[in-house]
Amino acid sequence: MNRIESCFRSLSRRKECALIPFVTAGDPSPDVTVDVVVEMAGQGADIIELGLPFSDPLADGPTIQAASFRALEAGMNPDVYFHTVSRIRSKTDVPLVLMGYYNPVLRMGLEKFAKKAKEAGIDGTIIPDLPLEEADEWRRCARQEGLSNILLVAPNTPPVRVKRIAKASAGFIYYVSVLGITGARSDLPPELSHGLEEVKRYTRKPVAVGFGISRPEQVKWLKGHANGIIVGSAIVKMLHDEFDEKGPTSAVEKVGAFVKGLKEATRQ
Amino acid sequence: MTKANFVSHPDRKGHFGIFGGRFVPETLMPALLELEDAYKEAKKSKGFRHEFSQILKDYVGRPTALYEAKRLSEALGGNCRIFLKREDLTHTGAHKINNTIGQILLAKKMGKTRIIAETGAGQHGVATATAAALMGLECIVYMGRKDTVRQAMNVFRMELTGAKVVPVDSGTKTLKDAINEAIRDWVSNVQNTHYIIGSVVGPHPYPMMVRDFQSVIGKEAKTQLRRAGVGLPDVVVACVGGGSNAMGIFYPFSKDQGVRLIGVEAAGHGLDTEHHSATLTCGEPGVLHGTMSYLLQDRWGQIKGAHSVAPGLDYPGVGPEHSMFKDSGRAEYHTIDDKEALEGFRLLSETEGIIPALESAHAIAYLKKLVPNLEKGSTVLVNLSGRGDKDVETVRNIFKGGEDR
Repeated sequence: MNRIESCFRSLSRRKECALIPFVTAGDPSPDVTVDVVVEMAGQGADIIELGLPFSDPLADGPTIQAASFRALEAGMNPDVYFHTVSRIRSKTDVPLVLMGYYNPVLRMGLEKFAKKAKEAGIDGTIIPDLPLEEADEWRRCARQEGLSNILLVAPNTPPVRVKRIAKASAGFIYYVSVLGITGARSDLPPELSHGLEEVKRYTRKPVAVGFGISRPEQVKWLKGHANGIIVGSAIVKMLHDEFDEKGPTSAVEKVGAFVKGLKEATRQ
Repeated sequence: MTKANFVSHPDRKGHFGIFGGRFVPETLMPALLELEDAYKEAKKSKGFRHEFSQILKDYVGRPTALYEAKRLSEALGGNCRIFLKREDLTHTGAHKINNTIGQILLAKKMGKTRIIAETGAGQHGVATATAAALMGLECIVYMGRKDTVRQAMNVFRMELTGAKVVPVDSGTKTLKDAINEAIRDWVSNVQNTHYIIGSVVGPHPYPMMVRDFQSVIGKEAKTQLRRAGVGLPDVVVACVGGGSNAMGIFYPFSKDQGVRLIGVEAAGHGLDTEHHSATLTCGEPGVLHGTMSYLLQDRWGQIKGAHSVAPGLDYPGVGPEHSMFKDSGRAEYHTIDDKEALEGFRLLSETEGIIPALESAHAIAYLKKLVPNLEKGSTVLVNLSGRGDKDVETVRNIFKGGEDR
C-alpha cells in the first residue's frame, strides 16, 4: 500500500475528508516550492499535488498557465522537478502527486520517467491529457514502480465510462467539478453534489473533487460528498501575489494559514 | 494475422501506426465519441454527401480547374509537364473552405448552435466564419494577438461575416496558442459547441475527417488528369504546415504506389536556426493538441515556437498521417526556406500571372529543385492551395527591404 492509499484509509477511519492543495513546481523557485509544500503538510494538507509545468497547458485556466510559464522561464524541467521532490521528501512524508501533461513524460521515456518519479518520492500521477483509451502503457509503467495513476471523471462522462475509468484509476478518482478548465470560481454548480454521489455508486475507491474550489464554505459543502477536495488556482495565485508583494517567507506563511483554514473546514 | 498489404487508417481508436489517437481531457472524450459517430453516419448518408457536394459546387465553385502551367515548365527547363490544381480559385481563396463546409454540416446535424475555430493567418478563420454565416450559426474565432496584427485584413473579413475574433495573449501569441484557447473554450462549452479544426491535426476523428473532406482535391485532380489523357502523375507536390492541403491531394493517390508524394515544409530562416517550421524534417514524435505526431520540441518535451514567412505553415506540429507517411516512406518531405519561397512567389506570378499564397509558393519553389532531376516527359501535379492576395502587402514590404514579419 503506498502513501496515498494509506492516507485515505486513515482518513476514512477518522471520517475525515482529504485536503489536497496544488502548487506549480518552480514558481517562483524550487526553494520556495520546497518550503511551501513542507509548510502546507505541516498545516494539515493530507496529500499535495505538485504541477510539472508544460508549455501548452490546455486544461488549465489563466492562473496556472501563468504559473507554468513563470516556472519554465525560471528553468524548471523534469530533472530539476525530481530533485525538488527529493528535497521535499527528505523533510516530510506527505503523499505527493505529480500533475503534468503527457509530452514531457513521453519525451523522457515512460519507464525512465516512472522510475525517476518513484526514486524522488512521488506517489501518484495525474496526466490530464491522457484519457483511459491512451493510458495503458503509462499505467503499466506506473504500476511497475508502485505509482498510482489517477484518472479523471468529468460531469459529462456517461455511466458506462465512469465504471471503466473508476476500475482503472489507482489511488483515487479525480472528479472534475465543472465542464471547463482549472481556476477559482465564485459559484460551483449545485448539481455537483449529485454528480459526486453518482460516481461513488460505481466505485469503492476514494473520489476527490477539484477545479474551481477556493473557499472554506465550498469545502464544508463538499466534504460530505467527496473523500478529498483539491484546491489549486487559489493557492497558486495567493503564493504568487504575496511573493511579489512581500517575499518568500510571508508568501509561505500566508499559504500555510490558508491551507490550515481549509483543512479545518474538512473537519467541521 | 496480416491479411492485406494495405491497412486502412486510422484504426478504431484513431491511430495511424504509432501516431494519432485522442490525448485530451476527459471532458472532451464524450464530444469526440459523439463527433465520430455523427461523422460515420454522415459518411454513409446519401443525403449528407449530396448536400456537401451541392454546396461545394454552387457556393465554393468546385470542381476547381486543373491548369497546365506551360510557361512555368519552360522556365524550369521544359523537360516535364506541370499541372496546377487551382484551389486558389475557390470561394474565400484557399482549400480551407472544403473542410469548413463539411464540418459545419456535421455541426448542424449534431444540433450544435455555436461554432469555434482557431486561425493563424486567418484563412481557416475566414473559411469558418463564412461557413457559419452560410448556416446562420454563431461563430467565435481564436487568433494569436500577433497574428491579429499581422493579418488585420482577415480579422475584418471575419467580422464582416458576423464572427467574433478573440485575440489570444497566452504563450507565443500565435497559432499554437490559439488552438490551446479554442480547446479551453470547447472544454467549457462542449454541450452546445462544435470546434472546427482547420487541419489534419488534433484528436481523432479530426485528422481522418478533415482528410476525407479535403480529399475532394485529389479525387478531382485524378479525374481531370485522366480526362486530359495524362493518367497518373509521376509526382504530386504540396506544401505542409499542419498538412491538410497536402493530405487532400495525396490521399486519393496514396494507394498508387508509382506516384511519388512530396510534402514541402517551411525552412524559415534555415534549418540550422531556431526559426523554421520543418516539423517532419527536424522534429521528433510527441503529443500536442490531442494527437501524437512529429513535433518541434526541446529535450524536455516543451513545445518550441515555429517560424515561416508563410503564416499558414507556422505550426510546431503536423498531421499524424503525414507522420506515418514519413516513417513508412510513402511520402517524402523536403524543405524550402523563406527566401526560396519568395522566389517561387515571384516566379509563378511572372510566368503564369498567378499570384500564389506564400504557403503554396513553397511547393512552387520546390519544383526548381525537383524538375531537373526528373526523367524527361514526367508529369508533376502541384496543389496550388491558396491565392496570394492576403500576402501581397507582406511581400511588398520584403521586396522593399523591410522585415519579413
